[in-house]
Amino acid sequence: MFESITEKLQGIFKNLRGQGKLTEQNIEETLKQIRASLLEADVHLEAIQKFLEKIKQKSLGKEVALSLTPGQVFIKIVQSELINILTPKDKTSTRLKFAPAPPTLILLAGLQGSGKTTTAAKLAYYYKKDGRKPGLVAADLIRPAAIEQLEVLASQIQVPIFKPAAGEKAIEVCIRAVKSALESNCNMLILDTAGRLHVDESMMSEITSIAQRVKPSNILFVADAMAGQDIVRVVTTFHNKLHLTGTILTKADSDARGGAILSITSTTELPILFVGTSEKMDGLEPFYPDRIASRILGMGDILTLIEKIEKNNEKQQLDKLKLAQAKSFNLNHFLDQLRQLKKMGSLQDMISMLPGDVQMKNQIAQNAPNEKKFNQLEAILLSMTPQERQFPQLLDGSRKKRIAQGSGTRPEDINILLKQYDLMKKMMKNENHAEKLLRQMGMNAFPKRPPF
Amino acid sequence: MAFFIEKLKRGLKKTADQISQSWNAVINYRTTPEIDFNKLEETLLLADISLQTTENILKTLKSRIESNSSKSNDSGFIVEQLRQILVDKLQINNQRGPLSESTIILLVGVNGVGKTTTAGKLAHQLTHQGRSVTLVAADTFRAAAEEQLTQWASRVKVDIVKGLENEAPATIIYKVLKNFSERTQTIIIDTAGRLHTRVGLMEELKKLVRVAEKMIPLTMLEKWIVLDANMGQNAIHQVEEFHQGIGLTGIVLTKVDGTAKGGIVISLADRFHIPIVYLGVGETMDDIIPFDAQEFVSALLPKAG
Ligand SMILES: Nc1nc2c(ncn2[C@@H]2O[C@H](COP(=O)(O)OP(=O)(O)O)[C@@H](O)[C@H]2O)c(=O)[nH]1
Ligand SMILES: [Mg+2]
Repeated sequence: MFESITEKLQGIFKNLRGQGKLTEQNIEETLKQIRASLLEADVHLEAIQKFLEKIKQKSLGKEVALSLTPGQVFIKIVQSELINILTPKDKTSTRLKFAPAPPTLILLAGLQGSGKTTTAAKLAYYYKKDGRKPGLVAADLIRPAAIEQLEVLASQIQVPIFKPAAGEKAIEVCIRAVKSALESNCNMLILDTAGRLHVDESMMSEITSIAQRVKPSNILFVADAMAGQDIVRVVTTFHNKLHLTGTILTKADSDARGGAILSITSTTELPILFVGTSEKMDGLEPFYPDRIASRILGMGDILTLIEKIEKNNEKQQLDKLKLAQAKSFNLNHFLDQLRQLKKMGSLQDMISMLPGDVQMKNQIAQNAPNEKKFNQLEAILLSMTPQERQFPQLLDGSRKKRIAQGSGTRPEDINILLKQYDLMKKMMKNENHAEKLLRQMGMNAFPKRPPF
Repeated sequence: MAFFIEKLKRGLKKTADQISQSWNAVINYRTTPEIDFNKLEETLLLADISLQTTENILKTLKSRIESNSSKSNDSGFIVEQLRQILVDKLQINNQRGPLSESTIILLVGVNGVGKTTTAGKLAHQLTHQGRSVTLVAADTFRAAAEEQLTQWASRVKVDIVKGLENEAPATIIYKVLKNFSERTQTIIIDTAGRLHTRVGLMEELKKLVRVAEKMIPLTMLEKWIVLDANMGQNAIHQVEEFHQGIGLTGIVLTKVDGTAKGGIVISLADRFHIPIVYLGVGETMDDIIPFDAQEFVSALLPKAG
């Protein structure tokens, strides 16, 4: 199957690591990989080009000195820019527009098979639960049994339905429904229209006339999450003719990466109101830009992972800075460091979140900080008084004995710890030796750095 | 037949125009005699041909141009080579004989791609070939699905078999096939749309196929996946999952009458050996045509010369 972007990103990170900063050169390769990944996600080529240009600008100007790996900084930029495109400038635009005088109208438009009828019923169900009084209007007179389909759904969710009478046209049933909505105790109408091709002139003018006639405050484009590149042309035509107010992404429960939605927002800037996530009536969810962003990138867990590590890194950096200021490294600091490491010691978890090579993962897992050892060291340190930790030179034979007893260890273990502490103290002067240090402490935390 | 081909061409004309436009940009032979491969790459990618397939195509094209260096400025030659590469890809998979005299065609695919419509159109087309066709409504899930197929059956004047209330699709098919060997006929089974990621629904489909395979000779069973030309790279996942699940014997590509290029079938040809059997080119009963690689690619690319 597709090489997942996570695998690619591992490669990217490997390449970027240790280079200190993002340069035009090392970014070029990465941009190529991102492009490939966005193509696999069906993002339209032009949208990709626009996107990459932005990423490039942002990255090259970015200060990365404080960060441990430029790769992490870079991918964060990519992610936040994606979210940026998917988040409408006007936050309120993702909400339905309620007409000043009811009924509020929602007109659904889109290609054949995009999921309009199901979505119409889901919307009715959603707003019914929200305390409104929606009605459904069957205005698809083209597809056989489209009216019956809506009828079945309407009775399932128990909302009124307006159907065309014999000989009535789509526009006529819409007009009639709007006129009689209030009488029928509906303050909201959802108009289900026939699927149509954007190049079908007569069908496009049919829906345009409906829109001009009933003036819906919401005209929503229903787009299939599995759509390819051409969706840009489709939505552009619909938008030009209809002045859409938003989109709904359907079939998001597929494993499609959903790049279509990025193409749509990037070309039309239309807000995304809902995402369809199942065939059931309650399968309609609000849109979360961050979720879709990582889905489009296909990154899933890797972002969580990066966040975790970044948090740890930041903290470690801070600690180191504090340390340097204090200029005295005592066992209290040692304990702090240890706890930091231990937190990362849920490394096992983190590793299991990593995509890719099982063998590699096992190797890392084997060499990951040993919980037992950590706990032992911690127990020893905690059996000391704060004063002893601050002034390790206080630790004579009898104190060591007491500490060993208190921590369930042998006095030799205390000596080993003190040696490790000495070593660390020396090493702390040179941050770059942190890794070597860990290895000498027998922890071997990062034999090979995790592949990200 | 000429009518059908006309229809396909019309359907693909917009595409061809667009590709011609890009093509003109591709070969700007006055100022630079070199081909702009970036532009060409864009053209192929915009048709939903995957990046990998696109790169393969370009590699092949480049090497053909290199071994014919005297023609490296000849846009006619280059277009013809490109056409040939695409046709070859599609044709490898399309060596298949005619449908057997008695045939069961099972239509499968994700939601909304055009399975029911294709069932209706196929029934019409095969009736015209002198077959006795029966439609089977095995979509017991979608609201009014049976009603939709019933309307198609009466529109194209063929018999339809429906299940009883709450009858499982496998049971419906079992009942239909019980009498199958007794006479020569063609049966087209419309199934519920299912996302390839839904394990339960895929199991239901497998069961249904197992039932059919026990009851009739394998050569009589056609398992066709219906794909929408508007679909992007996910079509590859779809084919992979359905193929793994039930062993597909054909692909029907629908909605070719839009501007989407359905280039995904070219990527599919790289991975699977499943012939493309029909194209859907509209919503009326006549809007179906047998797939022809030459025609498909010709309608997609500008004429050589
Ligand atoms: N333009 C066009 N529309 C099609 C074609 N095939 C199917 N459709 C439409 O696509 C929609 C979904 O079709 P349907 O057969 O119900 O899909 P199913 O859910 O897979 O059974 C309907 O509105 C059909 O009229 C085609 O070849 N061209
Ligand atoms: Mg159907």
